[in-house]
Amino acid sequence: MPVPLLAVGPEPLVLEALVAALTGHADGRDGAVVTFLGLVRNHNLGRRVQYLEYEAYAPLALTTFARIVDEARGRWPGVRVGLHHRTGRLDVGEASVAIVAASPHRGDAYAACRYAIERVKQIAPIWKREYFDGGDVWIEGATADPDDARAREEAERVACA
Amino acid sequence: MRVTVRLFARLRDIAGTPEMSREVKPGATIGAVWRDLAVEFPALAAYERSISAALNADYARMDAEVRDGDEIGFLPPVSGG
Repeated sequence: MPVPLLAVGPEPLVLEALVAALTGHADGRDGAVVTFLGLVRNHNLGRRVQYLEYEAYAPLALTTFARIVDEARGRWPGVRVGLHHRTGRLDVGEASVAIVAASPHRGDAYAACRYAIERVKQIAPIWKREYFDGGDVWIEGATADPDDARAREEAERVACA
Repeated sequence: MRVTVRLFARLRDIAGTPEMSREVKPGATIGAVWRDLAVEFPALAAYERSISAALNADYARMDAEVRDGDEIGFLPPVSGG
């Protein structure tokens, strides 16, 4: 079965498969592929993390991923982006998110990849519950608002820094 | 008319269920559905200013009107990545 460019679900992430899916039909115009893997870290805010549980509103997550990719293509024409996010229980060291950006030039690929992870953190309907030594807590970050122009500008600023 | 309400993460924990069916008045907005829910589950009220809403799995504003059979999602601040 072909690997989709956008996905959310419990299956372990395979970065190489996403790279292949994004670059398999390339016509030779690409000069760069930049990849990002987000991992479960063993510490957070002074707590020793045991594992994380991710939950997603899957249909909205997929349309949000598509929106993020459209935004990136609008900002960096010629860039293509693949984005997979995992759900369920993830142990320390496992990958929670994989992003691949391909572009004729490396600068755009780096920027689009960074932009995509910043936007995932801002607007993807995904939540992590942290289980640590002594308890557990839902992590609550940004209020998701895809139309918030300031958040989008901040993601662009970070991507281009 | 009836709508399906979906709750996520801590909102789901507070309500004790990921999904519920609720009767709403014709012309009701997403905000009205939320306010009824916050009466039913007072601990939800603290999220009034930080939630996002979805209508049929697309982001929506609290003043959007709902229709019979709609799926309304309430989302606490997100933490993907």
